[in-house]
Amino acid sequence: MTLKKTPLHAAHERAGAKLVDFAGWEMPLHYGSQMEEHKKVRAGAGMFDVSHMRVVDIHGPQAQAFLRYLLANDVAKLKTEGRALYSCMLNERGGVIDDLIIYWLGGDAYRAVVNAATAEGDIAHMQSVAQDFDVRVEPRPEFALIAVQGPEAVAKTLPLLPEDLRGAGELKPFSALWNDQWFVARTGYTGEDGFEVMLPAAEAEGFWQALLDAGVDPVGLGARDTLRLEAGMNLYGTDMDTEISPLTANLGWTVALKDAERDFIGRAAIEREKAAGVQQRLVGVVLEGRGVLRGGTRIVTDAGDGEVTSGSFAPSLGVSVGFARVPAAAADAERLEAEIRGKRLPVRVVRPVFVRNGEPQIELPSA
Amino acid sequence: MSEAPKDLKYTKSHEWVRTEDDGTVTVGITDHAQELLGDLVFVEAPEAGSSVEAGAACATVESVKAASDIYAPIAGEVTEANEELADSPEKVNESPFDEGWLFRMKPANAGDLDGLMDADAYAAHVEAES
Repeated sequence: MTLKKTPLHAAHERAGAKLVDFAGWEMPLHYGSQMEEHKKVRAGAGMFDVSHMRVVDIHGPQAQAFLRYLLANDVAKLKTEGRALYSCMLNERGGVIDDLIIYWLGGDAYRAVVNAATAEGDIAHMQSVAQDFDVRVEPRPEFALIAVQGPEAVAKTLPLLPEDLRGAGELKPFSALWNDQWFVARTGYTGEDGFEVMLPAAEAEGFWQALLDAGVDPVGLGARDTLRLEAGMNLYGTDMDTEISPLTANLGWTVALKDAERDFIGRAAIEREKAAGVQQRLVGVVLEGRGVLRGGTRIVTDAGDGEVTSGSFAPSLGVSVGFARVPAAAADAERLEAEIRGKRLPVRVVRPVFVRNGEPQIELPSA
Repeated sequence: MSEAPKDLKYTKSHEWVRTEDDGTVTVGITDHAQELLGDLVFVEAPEAGSSVEAGAACATVESVKAASDIYAPIAGEVTEANEELADSPEKVNESPFDEGWLFRMKPANAGDLDGLMDADAYAAHVEAES
């Protein structure tokens, strides 16, 4: 199968990117050093080509009713034009089909951004559910997406935006501003300030080059993964999937059950799970020994085994951290054990947010 | 193309071996190997005094991406591990053939070194793998 290429493919090759297959797309893993790219985002500004993610516009008289049924979070919470909401899209079993961001564009128009690996299935599912509503589900593959992230990201990006979008500097987190062609959101996947910018594919290379000239370094998918892990953000397919409920993926906060009148796909299953008692929980773990937690690392607890879903060395912290799905009875323990190459090493259980705005959110072992 | 010094011997699993004046050998991983692994964050070297069989996993290096076993190129006894790497695993990336050496060993049989590849054979091996 030929790998798909984003509008920035040539720019990645020029920058010496190590290109890999990611969900059928040929994407940059790193441009030399994943570690340096990670640190650049924490200390300055880095940019990611995320054009493989899919923009889907949803509009029509019943758009809100459709989305309130389709998504586990409640789009009725969106009261201001341009505001965004993070939500899971569930199946009837309460498993996660995908996680996404949905923006309210005003009136009966919404815009979703979904994961690359799940995009085709997501769209098919949305279109199938949409048949019962007066609504249109319209994929917008013509956009390029660039995320600029880091403490210097906003200042470096603003002068390069179209003039009518320079008010983006005033945007609150999880809000967007747009014109006919560009869409700028104060969102990201790193735990740092910054923008995610959708723009016409034909303008992507020029914008990317202007950012490069402004001192924003390109960052690959490798650092994107360690940044989001440190930030405590789940990765679809790794931390949750169609067989995992949001309640066991530390995403209970995204499931809006408050409005008892609102039915949504998966609601009955989630309520049953809650009533019966959630069996497993996703917690943060910090390795207190030498080694690196990886996805699949066994976690030993008094209540039975658990497993690391995402684990890595955390470049900002100098230790290994991860998310671990453990029996609910073990989730409040102070320490558990990780089995790494036959040895059991202590892990400290923490709230799964390790770094925010460049600052460690956990206590680090003194050097 | 990454560098592979002519005076070293090589394994198919990307370790290099240098014979020292005292008859011990120094073992590390090649420039090509460190490039594949990416930034190293952790090195678990074998303990001095341990005996290893040729081809046995005897050390582990972990990069941001993955853990990788290091195999003993020949049989022998480990005499020393590079202690510097505990605090500075990045030395393996920066200087794979010099400061980033992993361990030293006394060969059980000096003739075993003849079974390893020279730099040209190793270069061809890397080429064939890619």
